[in-house]
Formats: sequence, structure tokens, C-alpha cells
Amino acid sequence: MNASVRTNEWLTAAGWRRLFRDRPIVPLMGLLAILVLAIELADPGIVSPEWTGVIVRASIPLAILAGCQTLTMLTGGIDLSVAAIGSMAGFVTATLVHSPGGVAEGILVALVAAALAGLLTGIGVGVFRVHPLIMTLGMSFVVLGLSNVWQLQMVQTGSGVPDQLRWIGSSTLAQVVPYSLLVFVPLTLLILLGLRRTGYGRLLYAIGDNPVAARLSGTRSWQVLIVLYVISAVMAGIAGLLISGLTNTASVSLVDSSLLPAVAAAVIGGTSILGGRGGFGGTIVGALILTVLTALLTVLGLPEPTRQVVFGSIIVVVAAAYTRVTSES
Amino acid sequence: MTAVTTPAGASPANPARTIVSWAQRSSWTIGLLGLLAILLVFTKVIQPSYGVAGIQGLGISILPLGFAAVAQAVAVIAGGIDLSIGSMMALTSVIAATLMDGQSAEYGLAVVVGVLILGLVLGAINGSLVVATRVPDIVVTLAMSFVWAGFALLVRAAPGGAASPWLMNLVIGPFGNPWVPKAAIVLLVVVAVIWIPIARSRMGLSLYAVGSNQLAAFRSGVPIGRTKVVSYALTGLFAAVAGLALTASTSIGTPVPGPYTLESVAAVVLGGVSLAGGRGGVFGPIVAVMVLQIIQNDMTFLSFDPNYALVAQGAILIGVLILGSVVESRRARR
Repeated sequence: MNASVRTNEWLTAAGWRRLFRDRPIVPLMGLLAILVLAIELADPGIVSPEWTGVIVRASIPLAILAGCQTLTMLTGGIDLSVAAIGSMAGFVTATLVHSPGGVAEGILVALVAAALAGLLTGIGVGVFRVHPLIMTLGMSFVVLGLSNVWQLQMVQTGSGVPDQLRWIGSSTLAQVVPYSLLVFVPLTLLILLGLRRTGYGRLLYAIGDNPVAARLSGTRSWQVLIVLYVISAVMAGIAGLLISGLTNTASVSLVDSSLLPAVAAAVIGGTSILGGRGGFGGTIVGALILTVLTALLTVLGLPEPTRQVVFGSIIVVVAAAYTRVTSES
Repeated sequence: MTAVTTPAGASPANPARTIVSWAQRSSWTIGLLGLLAILLVFTKVIQPSYGVAGIQGLGISILPLGFAAVAQAVAVIAGGIDLSIGSMMALTSVIAATLMDGQSAEYGLAVVVGVLILGLVLGAINGSLVVATRVPDIVVTLAMSFVWAGFALLVRAAPGGAASPWLMNLVIGPFGNPWVPKAAIVLLVVVAVIWIPIARSRMGLSLYAVGSNQLAAFRSGVPIGRTKVVSYALTGLFAAVAGLALTASTSIGTPVPGPYTLESVAAVVLGGVSLAGGRGGVFGPIVAVMVLQIIQNDMTFLSFDPNYALVAQGAILIGVLILGSVVESRRARR
């Protein structure tokens, strides 16, 4: 926090708006705290180190998938292929568990396949200027179809989620600290530093903020976009592996149910779907908020359908609040 | 719109010019129809037994997605996008199937009318939220897709219910000539009856105006908010028709949204509607749905793994768009 925020500006409405606009992570943390408080009130004693570990463990794959959305949304795009690619990665690894190269080979094949899909998406979006929504949608059909074909080919060989994936995806240190942090923390540092400190990160913001200005100032957008969609696809693959390990299942539609929550987490975290504004920090908090919210609705005994209704309504309200504070400047 | 505003017969050259200009405006749809014809011939060649049964099957299988594609087309033409179509279909489908179960034909008719009104209301809520919150369409409709799907599950937790027999008779079977599926007639007539009067009216012009350039439309006095709400209400109406079609063709209501939302986006784009808004019509997407379905059938006849149909669908979608962007950039360079 810098000094200006600590002064009386805090107390004015404009100060609040500025805080919300420039540092959305602060009010988001507040919202997260309120939700944790609410769940503790609803079920006293539930909030414990173990509970926190469970929440964090569930949030990590969601946060990574939301990271894919954050990065692509910064350039004014979106990545709907993360579900198909993530499921494919988990599935391919599980089917290759008995291959000579073992788990390492499976993971390598899965991530290379993911990167390849991302490369094609990037070429479509960057070079041929296909709308990212459609390009990633088309790519998800292609990946899902090929995964199904792969499934039929591999049906004879035995498959199962490798122990190593189950360990990293679901095990915890002393029942508290999930081992998936071993993947998540380096990835997060890479993304945060990449967005803030590198030229590549600034180019992402520049392309999303004003594509014409970015082009006129010499940015080769197509190169930036190709690299972006490869990164997004590989992250989706990693998230798919973690989900596969966490749930101990491998199927071609495993990640599908996380696609829309991932977009929602990015939006709640303050990333604008129109491009040029947002960051990964807010997205992580957004993923935590959605996970705690789901837990709270479960504790309150709301059935799944009601949870969905509340979930959707909250996304609209939070997004509307953002639009309000950011458009009044 | 020129064809409408030019008085017919004002000059002898007019009819020909009208036809030419109509053909130019609909060149994409005409191209798709050509592709459809080629595919039908191709299907007959690879599967000589393809005939009445095949055409009837095609008619019934395209019905729900055909209406969903029209619903999406209306939203996209007005510059939006609706990711809640699949959920609205699920909600209207379960409500219809639950209320119609074991009731009389008259009661069933009242249910149909009620469900259509419900569709209008659902869409109007989507549209009002987009206008009131100023949140991008894609985020609002994405969030509302959770809400509508949740309500659908509250109505009925598992697939069930039943459709009125007359509703099923309306879409299943041939219409006079055995080659003409009732479903195709229903699809075209319902879409034409709802869409053509609107497209020809001032409201239709406003929809296209808002979609192609919102600022210019605003400065020309088009009420942006009202137009957007109307476009989403129409989308909701067509989504309700699609939900009824789903119930009629499967005879039950299913509370879990099918793949219709994303497939409707694909069909709309293949059908020549620009995602940027303001361009295209509702009949192109219908033809696109037929083309996609025939390709899927053909791959079955060629005894491809049916999963390659999904790959083909994605590849065609991407291929057509790349082709479109190449053509566009050539035109811009000229």
C-alpha cells in the first residue's frame, strides 16, 4: 500500500472507488474474509487449518484455469479450449501409465499435445485473426473428438491415474498444506513477475488496451498471441493433471464443469473481458472466493440447483459493481 | 433493405436488379445451400439406400439446434451474444414436459403458450441486465446460464415428464409428400412467422443498426437499451421454441443443458452472421445446422469413428473462418 491510500482519501466515496479500481484485490480480500466469517457463523468450528488446506487444494486447479482466462482476456480474447485440453492432458497421462517411459512420458506427451493445440489456436487468432471465442471453441471440438478417438484406441490397455499425480493433486503435508502448491507457487510467481516485470507482459496489456496503437508502435501482435495461447494451453494441461490427481479420475470431460467457473473467477478477480485491465493476483482471490462460496452454500444445506442460481447472481452483481466503479472515472 | 423500400415496377430493370442485389446480400446462404445440395448428392452416392428415412431423421435431428441457432443469430445480429441459450432451453423444456405430463391437449396448448411467454421474459431479463449493468454481454449471459440451469434442476432433478401427443405429431413424420419432414416445415414456418415481420419493421432495422455501430445508431435516434432488450427477448423466445422442440422430439424434459449453446455459436458463424454484429440473417444458420448434421451422418455412413465428426466440425468451423478472414483482407486491400 502506498502512502496516499493511508490518508483521508480512504474516507471519501471517490477514494473507495479509486481503491476498488486500482487495487481490486483489497476489497476482494474483504469479501473473502466476510465469506469465511459467514461459513464460521453458519457452522461454528468448521474453519480450521485442515479446512483451509482443503479449500486451497480445491482452488488451485480453478485458479490455474482462471489464469488462462486472465492472460487471454488481457488481450481482449478468451480461451474456451481449456476444458477440452485439460481433460485431454489428464486422460492421456492416465492411459500412458503402463508405457515404457512411465508417468514422465505420459505427462510429457500430454503437455506437448496441449502445447500443439495452443500453437494452432494461436496461429488462428494471431495470424488469421479468427475471433478467439470461435477459434478456441473450434479447437475444443477438435481436441475433444481426438480424445474420444484416443479413448477407443486405448480401451484395451489398462489405465489409471498415476500415483504421482494423485500425490501432487490430493495429498497434503500434515493434513494442512497441499502438495499441489509445489506446482502452483512457482507458476504463480512466473505469471505475476511475467506480467509486471517483462516486456512480454506489458505487450499483453498493450494489445488488449488498444490493438491499433500497439500495432502502430511496432508490436508484432501475432507473435505475442501465438506464445500466449501456447502458454494458456500448457497451463490448462497442468490444471487438468492436478484435477485428475485430485479427483482420481480421468475422463475426456473431466474439466468441463470448471470452464465457466474459471471465466467467472477471472471476472470476479477484476480482469476485464474487454482487455487491457486486470491481473493474476485478483484472479487467485476470485478462485478462492468461488470455492469458499460453494463451501458456504453447501454448509447452508442449499441443494445444488439453488447453489447454481446464487452463484450466477453473485457473478452478475460483482461484475456490475466493477463496471460501475471503473466507468465513473 | 433496398428491396423493401424500392417500389416494385418503378422501372423495368428493377426486378432483375432486385434479384441480383438479393443474391449478393444472401451470397453466403446461397453458397451454403449449394454445399448442402452437394452433400446430399454425395450422401446418396456413398449410401445408395439413403432416402425417405434419412431425410426424416435429418429433419427431426436438426430441429432443436436449428431453433437454438436462430436464437443465437438474433442476439449476435444486434451486437450481443447469449451463452444462456442451452440453459433456457433446459428450463423451458422441463417446465413444458412437467406441466404437459398426462394432461389434455387443450391444457398442453396453454402450456405451450405459457412457455413461449416465459421464454420472452427470460430473454428480457437477460437483456435488461446487460443494459442496466453495462457488463459485457458475454459475462452476463454466462452468469445467467448458471441461474437458468439451476432453476431447471429445481423444476425437475432428473429427466422425465412427457410431451402432449399432438406436439410430437406436429414435428414427427412426413408432411404430405413422404420426402418432406414435418420438422423442417415447422422450423421454417415458425422462424419465418416470427422473424420476417420483425426484420422488415423499424425494429428490425434498429437491431441491425445497433449491431453494426452502436454509437452511430444512438446518434441517429435509435433507442439502444430498448433495442437490446428486444433482441434478447426474441433470443429467449426462440430458445423457448427450441426447448419445446427438444421436448417434442425426445418426448421428455431434460434439466441438464445440452451442448446447444456453443454449437449455436458455431452454427451462427458458419451461417454467415458476423460475430461483430449487424450482418447476416437467421436462415443461413439454419442451413449451417443442416450441413453440420449431414456431415456427421456421412461420416457414420463412411464408417468413420463418429468422434471424427466432432473433429471435422471444429476443423470446418476454423477453416471457414480462416477462409473468411483471407477473403476479407483481400477485399480490404483492393
